Formats: sequence, C-alpha cells, structure tokens
Amino acid sequence: MSDETIAQPNRRDILYIATGAMATVAVGGMVWPLLEQMNPDASTLALASTEVDLTAIIPGQIVTVKWRGKPVFVRHRTAAEIASAENVQLDVLPDPEADSKRVQKPDWLVVIGVCTHLGCIPIGHEGEFDGWFCPCHGSTYDTSGRIRSGPAPSNLEVPKYTFVTDTKIKIG
Amino acid sequence: MSGPSKFTPKSSFARWLERRLPILGFMYDSFVAYPTPKNLNYMWTFGAILSFMLVAQILTGVVLAMHYTPETTLAFESIEHIMRDVNWGMFLRYSHANGASMFFLAVYIHIFRGMYYGSYKEPREVLWILGVFIFLAMMATGFLGYVLPWGQMSFWAATVITNLFSAIPVVGNSITAWLLGGYSVDNPTLNRFFALHYLLPFILCAIVALHVWALHVTGQNNPTGVEVKDVEKETVPFTPFATMKDAFGIGVFLVVYAWLTFFVPNYLGHPDNYIEANPLVTPPHIVPEWYFLPFYAVLRAIPNKLLGVIALFLAVLIPAALPWLDTSKVKSARYRPWFRKAFWIFVVVCIGLGYLGAQPAEGVYLWSARILSTYYFFHFLVLLPLLGKYEKTRPEPESIASSISATHAVAEDAAHV
Repeated sequence: MSDETIAQPNRRDILYIATGAMATVAVGGMVWPLLEQMNPDASTLALASTEVDLTAIIPGQIVTVKWRGKPVFVRHRTAAEIASAENVQLDVLPDPEADSKRVQKPDWLVVIGVCTHLGCIPIGHEGEFDGWFCPCHGSTYDTSGRIRSGPAPSNLEVPKYTFVTDTKIKIG
Repeated sequence: MSGPSKFTPKSSFARWLERRLPILGFMYDSFVAYPTPKNLNYMWTFGAILSFMLVAQILTGVVLAMHYTPETTLAFESIEHIMRDVNWGMFLRYSHANGASMFFLAVYIHIFRGMYYGSYKEPREVLWILGVFIFLAMMATGFLGYVLPWGQMSFWAATVITNLFSAIPVVGNSITAWLLGGYSVDNPTLNRFFALHYLLPFILCAIVALHVWALHVTGQNNPTGVEVKDVEKETVPFTPFATMKDAFGIGVFLVVYAWLTFFVPNYLGHPDNYIEANPLVTPPHIVPEWYFLPFYAVLRAIPNKLLGVIALFLAVLIPAALPWLDTSKVKSARYRPWFRKAFWIFVVVCIGLGYLGAQPAEGVYLWSARILSTYYFFHFLVLLPLLGKYEKTRPEPESIASSISATHAVAEDAAHV
C-alpha cells in the first residue's frame, strides 16, 4: 500500500518541492550578502602603490614603508650580507629559495615585513642570521628574508615591485 | 527534578496572569522551590557568581559603549576620554576590564569544581558541553573586547589571533582577509569587533539559559557524586538556602573584585596597551591577558604553525569530551584516590602553562612548555581512560543522607571525646 503512494507523486508534492527549492535559493541569496560584506571592501581593494626613493638609504640600512596597511622592508644590503645570503646551501633552508630569485638587484632586498607565522613585525639586524628576528614567537630570518629557524612556515613574502629609475622603486 | 508546579498564586492578579502566561510559577519552581542537595559546599556558589558577573559586564559594557568610538583614529582617544572626562568613567572602565578577569577566575574555579566532583558524568553530559560552549563564547568576547581600546597590545593581539586562521591550508589567507575586512588589522576590523563584542554577550545569555535549563532537568551534582534519592530528606529549597549562601559567596567575591578595581586596577593589564596602536612596530614582548596564557603556551610549544594552532583549539575543546574520556562510574574525587592526585597534578600543570605562556618562548621555558603541553593532553587522552579502568575506588556512601549522618556521627563522637 505504501509503495503505491511513493510511486505516484501528485501535484501537491510537486508544489511542496518547488516551494522548498525557491525558499532555499532565497535563503542562500540572502545569506551571501550577509557573509560577503565582511570581505575587503572597494576602498581597501583600490590598490595604492607606493614609490620609494632609494638614494637616501645607505648600505646596511633598512627602511620601512607602508603599503596596503602593511610594512614593507627595503634593505640596502652590504657586500657581506649579499655574500651570506648567496652562499647558503639551499637544502638547509626550511623553505628553499635562491637569493637570486628573491631580488632584482643584489643590493636591494624588498620584502613584506610581516612574519609568516602569526603576523608580527620582525626586528631588523637581529637574530642568529643577522636578517630579522620576530619578537612574538622567535622566528629568525636571514639577509634574504628567508626563514631559518622558529615556527614560521615560509620566507618573508616579496611584493610585486619595479625599478622606475635606478634609484626609485614602485611597490604594487 | 522537574514535575508539576507547586506554585499557588496568592493574589487575584497572579491567578489571572498565571492562566495566561505561567511565568510566576516558572520562576517559583526554578528559583524558590527548586530542590538543592543539602551537602553542597561553597564551590557550588560559582554558578551564581558567574551569573552575577555576566550581568555586571553587560551593564558596565552598555554604558561604556555610550562613550566609546569604534574608529581607528578616535578609539584610543575615546578611551582616554572615558578615563578623564566622563562622569565615573574611570570607575566604569576599570570595573569592566577587571570584571573580565574576575569572570574568567570564576569560570575556571567553576570548571575545576566540575572536574573534581565528576559533574560532567551521566546524566549531565549536555549540561557540561553547553558549559564548554559558554567558555568558548567568553573567550571570543574577552578577546574582541581587548581589541577595542586600540592600544599596542590590542592591535597585536588582533593580528596574532586572526592570523591563527591563516594556518588553515589553501583557504587560510582568504579566511583571514574575510575576518579582517582587509589585508591587515584596520578600521573595518575594529568596527566589526565592536559590533560582535556587543552581540556575543547576548548569545552568551542564551547559552547560559540552556545551561541552567539542563541543570534544572538533571538537578545539581553534589560533593558525594551520589544522586539525590529522597528529595524530602536530602534537599533543601533553593530559596532561602541557596539564595542566601550564593549571596554570601557573591559578597566575598566582590571584595576581591573591588580590591582589584579600586586599588590595583592595572595590575593585570599591560603598560603597552596605553600606547596607541602602531601597525609598523610590534612590542618586543607580546602576551595575552592572563586568562589565555595556558592556551598561548600550548600554541607556542609546537614548532609548526598549523599543528600549533590545532593543538591550541584542541586544548580548549577537549574538555567537551570528558564525559566519554573519563570512564570511571564513580563521580566524586572523594572516592577516587588516584584520580584525586591526577586532578591536582593537572591543576598545577595548567597553572604552570599559564606561567610559561607569559615567559619568552626560548630555552628552558620552551622545553618546559612542551613537557607540560604533552602532559595536558596525556591527562585527558591516556590517564583518564586508564584510571577509569584500573583505579581501585573507595566505596561511595549509600545516599547523601547516609553520608551526612556519618559525618555528623563522627563529629559528635569527637565532641564527646
């Protein structure tokens, strides 16, 4: 007896299902804006680019500039720092990457100054590898901004930048 | 413990209302006639203390919101405005900030009491899990509120905690950007944190209502862990007995709260939070508020980002599984000699983790945190299941009544000697 009722849906059943489907779509359509509004808004997305004049940065100096609300380190590396960054065996690195892949000109290292662990700002010229040391949870980076020890999973990120002239870069 | 209401309305208005909305009878059954075990000790006053703190935090919070501005360029100044210009502003802010600490102090005592006396065991599993949800909601509320003053600690706490979600593979960074409303902690973040900090306490109220409802279905546990067998002989009505005892407990608790608020209002805070948020400088030593320190120590103990975050969340959530991890049929630690020792070791481990969470994550501190974190999980996942199986428990009393008469007999003997 019950088999028969299952086998033959009537007009009422189709109406129920259609109504339920419409309601589901409507709820989904309503929930989406409620969640999506939390994503970065148009004003945040409007990518500001930052220009940095390199002439004022002496060898050995790190200058911090703000880009997209985050600090970017522009480091004028000394010959010794370049050498130590280039002469590392890649297999000792937790996140292996050659120094040449991370810089456009060996003198200038440009990295986003946000620790890849939990987002603190590392301190320059500190730590075992003389690159950066993160005060929050003790990650150390070398003079190429690569992670060397501590809980951070990856190297400091290199942002998109271009040399506008020999002495000026544009980040973003 | 629920049954037909014993409430008889006295006035004609009460009778009129009761036929339309039986709210008076409901209140009477829940907070006057509700039977509470005779042998409850002062550890059982913390439920009332917590209810008091929830109301106190909402009251002070609502009035603080009348003077606070959730905008990055104004937030820090609006806090100073509250401190210096608003009538009684300093008192209200210090009450609210120290209120959070007192709230957590009370909840930790309440949780440890439940652990000691086995209050999570059958039939109180749902009651216990609701409690874990309350604790989670409290942690979220406390964190969101700490960000609002927009000091250095606020800013970097927000950064570190939201970045926990970036550890999730593939979608982590998108989730973090979604939470922040940008690529770093900024105005959209502060704005939504304020909205959520105002919302969550009311959700907390709703879960507390469920928690109390579940409690009133199963009835309270008691120091013997033996269920009430004879309501007449073994219980007393909530009012006046529990009401008065709870009121006294709240009074004593208020003395500590008032001492903190009036004499050392910044003792539990961090000087760095009186420096306005600076997105370009991380303070050399960032630590969360004391009530998050044990979990923070667990996070830092693990030298891998994703695993550290997983361990942190597990450490918070694992108590929810206690009713099934602790396999012993005996509830109260009074009759479980080995569990009793394990419990106190666990308490010391938690306090130890709290201490280590405030120290720099290096050398001996880091190794101690690793050992204690391992023990934390060992206690839940290995020790408790094994103890339930192999521990030789002492005999439980037949009933609450017999345990009371036994203690009295001993006391009387002692008096006669």
